[in-house]
Parts: sequence; structure tokens; C-alpha cells
Amino acid sequence: MSPLLFSVLWTLIKVAFALFAVGLNIAGLLGWVERKQSAVLQDRIGANRADIFGFRILGLFHPIADALKMLTKEDFVPTGVNRLFHTMAPCFSLGFACLGLAAIPYGGVVHIAGKTLSLVPIESPAGLLFVLAMLGLGLHGVMMAGWASNSNYALLGGLRGAAQMISYEICMGTILAAPAFLYGTLNLETMVEKQAGFLWGPIPRWGAFTQPLAFILFLVAGTALSKRAPFDLPEGEAEIVGYHVEYSGMKFGMFLMTDFMENIVVSGLAVAIFLGGWQIPGMALDGLSGAILMLASFIAKLLAVLFVLMQVRWTLPRFRFDQLLSLGWKNILPLALANFLVTVWGVYLWR
Amino acid sequence: MAMTVRPVERPARTLKEQIFLWEVWIGLVVTFRHLFVNLARHVLRALGLNVEPGAVTIQYPEDPAVLGKRARTRHRLLKREDGSPRCTSCLLCETICPAKCIHITPEESPDPRIEKRAKTFDIDIGLCIFCGDCVEACPVDAIHMDANNVELSSYTREDMIWTMPELLGDVPKLPRALRATRPASGVS
Repeated sequence: MSPLLFSVLWTLIKVAFALFAVGLNIAGLLGWVERKQSAVLQDRIGANRADIFGFRILGLFHPIADALKMLTKEDFVPTGVNRLFHTMAPCFSLGFACLGLAAIPYGGVVHIAGKTLSLVPIESPAGLLFVLAMLGLGLHGVMMAGWASNSNYALLGGLRGAAQMISYEICMGTILAAPAFLYGTLNLETMVEKQAGFLWGPIPRWGAFTQPLAFILFLVAGTALSKRAPFDLPEGEAEIVGYHVEYSGMKFGMFLMTDFMENIVVSGLAVAIFLGGWQIPGMALDGLSGAILMLASFIAKLLAVLFVLMQVRWTLPRFRFDQLLSLGWKNILPLALANFLVTVWGVYLWR
Repeated sequence: MAMTVRPVERPARTLKEQIFLWEVWIGLVVTFRHLFVNLARHVLRALGLNVEPGAVTIQYPEDPAVLGKRARTRHRLLKREDGSPRCTSCLLCETICPAKCIHITPEESPDPRIEKRAKTFDIDIGLCIFCGDCVEACPVDAIHMDANNVELSSYTREDMIWTMPELLGDVPKLPRALRATRPASGVS
């Protein structure tokens, strides 16, 4: 096998892993987690009726039932919509969210059978920028859906979404400037490698400990960017009608999926930049077992972050829109800038 | 009288509340406590231990519905000690019914001490609004709304009509298609 063909195949395998094993798999499961976690913390039982041959296994068949329902529902397109954009909008939303998954470092470089393999699907020196760009492009799906629907409610929802996402896009960039400066790179893989070892005693040299303020701000801004509660104003399922009112069937399902997907991307970024990525403190990982441990470590951290974000989602009430924007522009952005300045001075004085 | 305005002082937010993160943390502690306590209870119950249930949910179709003691449910006609219906066909319930769902046909009673009795007594549950006025109006305590039956749906409008034997409990309520040939409503 020629080296070129091998590298192409290996990249395809990694992308397939990112999309199917991480993206779609966890996004599907998140629907179940969302229902069950909210149910348990609200003293309920939660969805447990879907069964196959009488087996219910804690309602785990509900995501499958949901997907089947979405796929078999009528895809109703109202009169007056711009059909092209109306169809493109969910594809844009979900597509860019999925693309963002491809640059997340699920593992580092390992040596297996004399070959040097990288476990990052897209090895790019600007991986962080790539993910941020994909998160930013997801905005177009929201605006397109709002505009193409030929409905004032959807349009206003889309504009709300656009304002929110652009605001938090800027916050996100400013927040991530500090850790990027600290690590001295935009390559997510290198960032993870810089977090090896221990900071002080048993505390690992993770971004969450070297950049605690940036970590908290990142979680807030990331939740807002992926349009999850308490920042789910663009959707506002029941109260304030969102950009996808005119959607039904699987197109609507794709918008729902986008939320989960963006949540996974943001959590992946949080793990890679702030929680040491695939690192296990005090262990040097290599070889086949190392690769498996890397993936397991990364996925475990990813699930933990998703769990906490889900808990926040079911704890806090929704923000008002002006509160949301003032939180972004007046609080997070200045704090992120201050954090960046302190980081720059700190790094300058340390050297 | 002139309207008085009482200015209410809004409590000023402290710095701790304005930072917001501490309050979020308090909320998270509450929800995490609920989550883990309930999870532990679910697991312990699944293992067969008799602890408090982790959820207050009633699994309705499997477990019976829990109704309040004073819940107004389906009507029930009462009988005298000799087994004949208490209803004297005074038509007070039919008159007071705001939904006009009660239909009574009176007839002579063979008992000389009782003037009338009901020949037919139909209640259209599909029209009934469960106000309980019929129960209040009845002078002989012949009608109650305590059958504790809330599963009243049916596939046709005719099947929503309960006849006297069914309301008395003499005959089980069956859909019309399943019923053997017998008068739609008759004297018990």
C-alpha cells in the first residue's frame, strides 16, 4: 500500500470515527440522557415506554423511536417559503456542526507496527481556528432558516439567534486567545501535549488549572454558542417562538441534532484545551493500548463535561435576551480581555 | 378614596449575587443532590431493598389511578333496600343539568306509596361536564358521582350513553357492537 493511499484511508477512518462513533452516537444518546437526567433530578421516572419485544432497558429505545418518528413524519413545507434555502438551512446547521468534530484531537501520535499514526482526524496547525470557524458557520443555518421560512416569528427567532451567536463568537475568540497564547500554538494536538505533566503536587498541568477563569467563561460562552439552555433563546420551544417554527419532520430533527452536535464540539474543545485532552496524568501513552487509553480518556472527559452542561441546562431558567447580551458584552468580554492581558504579562514576566 | 401608592424597595443585589457563579453553584448543588439521591434510591430499589422510591411518578395504566376522596367521577344510581332504584323520576336532575345530558322517561310506579319511577334513565357521559349539580338537586339521594371510574372513552357517541341498568351496576357497560340483543334502555 502506498503511503499516500494509506494516509488517505487512515484519515477517512478517523473522520468516520469522529462522525459516527463520537458525533451521531453521543448526539443520539444525549437525547436519552437529557430525558432521563432531567427526570431523575426532578423526582420523575422519564420516558420508559418504548419497547422491543417487551424489553424497555430504561427507555434506551426512545432515541430510536424518536428518529423513526422524525423520519416518517410528513415533511410539511408551508406556502411562500424559499424552498431552496428552506431545505438548505438544516443541512448547513448540522453539516458545519459535524465538520467541527473532525478537528477535535481524540488522541495524540502513537506508534503501532512501525507506523507513526496521529489520532486527530484533521491534522491542522490551525485546528482551533477551524473548529471556531465551523461553529461560526453554523450561524448561517439559523439565519437562513429564519429568513427562508417567510414567517415573522421565525425571522425574529433567526435574528435573535444571529445576535446571540455572533456576540458569543467574539467572546469565545477572546477567551481562547489566553490559553492559545499560553500554549503558544493554535494546533489543538500540540495544546494537549503541552498539558502533560504536573503543575503543582498532584494537580495536573491542565488548562482548567492554569487558566481557571478562561475555563469557566468558556463553558458559559460555549453553552450560549451551542444554543443550549439557559441560553436557548433562538429556539425557545414553548414560550418565544424560534427560527424553526416552520420546520417539521427530519428537517426539524436536524436542528435538534445540531444543538447536541455543537454541544459535543464545544465540550470536545473544553476537554482538549482545558482538561488535558487525551492525557492521563502521570502516564506516557503509546502503542495500541495507549491509543485505546487515549480514546477512552478523551471520551470519558467529554461525557463528564456533557453531563455537567446537561445538569446546568436543567438547573437554570432561561435568560432574558437583554440579560443574555449584557452578560456576553459587558461581563464575559471584559473579563476575557482582562484574562488575556494578565496571561500575556504573566508569560512575559515568567520568561 | 384616592389610590395610595406604596413604593416597594427592591433589595439591592450583593456582589455575590451579581457575580452569579455562586448562585449557579447553589442551584447545581440542589439539582445534583436530587440526582444522586434519586439515582441511589432507584438502584437500591432495583436491588430489592425497601427504601423510599426515587420518583413520585404513578405508572398509570399499570397502577390504578389515585383519585381524591371527593373526586367527581362517573354517575352511579342507588337502590332502595328492596333493590328497586331510588329514583322517583322527579326530573330535578334533568332540569338542573347545565349540559342537558340526563334524559329520564317517567312511568307509573306499581307501589302505591310511590308516585312515579324511571322507565329509562340515560346519561350521556360525552356531554356531562361533571359539575355535580344533579347530585345536589336529587331529593331522594338516588344519584351519586362516586363510581371512581375515569376510563370512560369509547369509539362511538352512542357508547357514551349510559343506561339505567348500567348506571345501577346491574349490567356491565359494553360497547354496542358487543352487546347481546336487548332493549337499548329498559326497566331493570
